[in-house]
Amino acid sequence: MSTPVLDLRRVAYAYPGGHQALFGIDLHVHPGERVALLGPNGAGKTTLVLHLNGILTPGHGSVHVSGLPVTEDNLLEVRRRVGIVFQDPDDQLFMPTVRDDVAFGPANLGLRGPELDHRVQEALAAVDVGDLADRAPHHLSFGQRRRVAIATVLAMRPEILVLDEPSSNLDPASRRELADILRSLDVTILMVTHDLPYAVELCERSVVLSEGAIVADGATREVLADDALMTRHRLEMPVGFSL
Amino acid sequence: MGSGHSAHLHIEGDTLLHRLPAHVKLVGLLVFVLATVSVPNEARVLLAATLGLAVVLLLSTRVPARHVLPRLAVETPFAVFAIVLPFVAVGPQVDLGPVSVSEPGLVAALALLLKGTTGVVSAVAFAVTTEPRDLVRALQHLRVPDPLVTIASFMVRYVEVVADQLRRMRVARESRGFTSRSVRAWPALASSTGALFIRSYERGERVHLAMLSRAYRGRMPVTAPLAATTAQWTMALVPAALAAAGSVAVRVA
Repeated sequence: MSTPVLDLRRVAYAYPGGHQALFGIDLHVHPGERVALLGPNGAGKTTLVLHLNGILTPGHGSVHVSGLPVTEDNLLEVRRRVGIVFQDPDDQLFMPTVRDDVAFGPANLGLRGPELDHRVQEALAAVDVGDLADRAPHHLSFGQRRRVAIATVLAMRPEILVLDEPSSNLDPASRRELADILRSLDVTILMVTHDLPYAVELCERSVVLSEGAIVADGATREVLADDALMTRHRLEMPVGFSL
Repeated sequence: MGSGHSAHLHIEGDTLLHRLPAHVKLVGLLVFVLATVSVPNEARVLLAATLGLAVVLLLSTRVPARHVLPRLAVETPFAVFAIVLPFVAVGPQVDLGPVSVSEPGLVAALALLLKGTTGVVSAVAFAVTTEPRDLVRALQHLRVPDPLVTIASFMVRYVEVVADQLRRMRVARESRGFTSRSVRAWPALASSTGALFIRSYERGERVHLAMLSRAYRGRMPVTAPLAATTAQWTMALVPAALAAAGSVAVRVA
C-alpha cells in the first residue's frame, strides 16, 4: 500500500482551558481519495483540521503528511503539502488583489518572477477564474471569492486539499459549478461539511467525527444509509433526498 | 450579502502622473510638500506659485472635477482655523473693510491656506493616480517597517468588509424598530461598536491563521519589486526642486 497522504495516530488534544476536543483519532487518507469529514457542530472537526498543518500540535499521538512528521522543523514543508481552504473567503483573501493573494503562498516558499506568475495563472485557471487576476477580492461575487480562495492554496501545489464547508453560502448554480471544479482537480481532498448530498456527490468515503472520536469510516452511501448512526450523531439528509 | 462598491480614490488613466512608479511619486510628493512648508510665510507670491503648480499637476491627471472636489473637503478644519486666526491672534491691527484684524494673524492665515491647499491638492493628485496596491508596494519599497506596511495593506483590503458589517448591523437594529434620535440610543450604539470591534479582532485571528497556513513567516513577500529610471526620478522631483529653489531664493534676497 502507498504511503498515506495523511496519517494520524491516536491524536488527542485538549485546549489550554482544559476542554478535551479530540480523544485518540486514527485516520489515514491515501493519495487520490476524496474523503468527507462529517459530524455535528462542536464535534472537533475544526480542531482536527488545524492539526493537519501544525497550527495545533497534538497533546498525544502523531500526525504524518506523506511520511513527514508534523514537527516544528518541518512546518514549512507540511504547510506546502497540506492546503487548507477556510470557510469564510474574506479570511482567506487578505491581499489587495487576487493576483497578490494567489502569489502569497508560493512567494513565502521562495518563488519569484516568471515561475511565480506561472503558478498564479495555473492555479486561477484550475478554478476557472483566470480573468479575475487584477481584481480586488471585495469586488468579486461570493462564489468567485470561494474559488479564488481555493486557487490561493492550489498555487502551493499541495498534496492534499482540506476544505472547510466548501458549499456554504453558495447559490445552487455556484454550488454545482464548484463541485465540477473539485472533481476536475487532480489532488487528494478532505472535505469538512454539513452538506450531506454534497458529500455523496463528491466523496466516495466518509468519516464521521462525534464528540472528539471517529464513530464511522466507510463508503459514503453506506455510512449515510445507517439510520441509527445518523440519528445518534445528529446527521440528517435534507427532506426529500434519497440515496 | 452583496459587497457594496465604495468610492475609490484612484481613477484609471494614462497621464504622466499615472505612469510614474508609485514610490517615485511618493518621494516627489513628500519633498515637494516639505519644500513648500519651508517657504517663508511672507513670500505670498511664491506660495501662490507653488499652489498654482500643484493645481497644474492635478489638472494634468485629467480626473473629472466632480471626483476631485469632494476630496479637497479634508482641508475644511484647517481652512476654518485659518479664517479664525486673524481675529484671535495678537499684535498690530489692520483694518480689513469694516473690521480690524491682527496683521501677523492675517499673514499666518494666508500662508496656512496657501500651504495647506498646496499640500492637499498635490496629495489628491497623487491619490487619484496611484492604486492602493501600488501605494502599499511603494511603502514596502521605501523600507517602511514591515508591520506598518502590513497594517496599511490590511486596511486597504478590509475597510469595506468592516463597513459592510457595520451596515448589516445597522439594518438589523433598525429592522427591530431602533431609531438613534436621542441619548437613550447611545447604549445600543455603544454595544454595536463593541461587537464590531470583537468581530474585527476575531477576524484578525482567523486571517492570521490563514496566513500561517500558507507558510507566512513574519514578513510579507515582495513579489513584484518596483523599479524606476533616472529620468522618472528627475521628473518626479521637478516640482520639489522648483519650490525648494524658490524658498532659497526668497531667503537669500
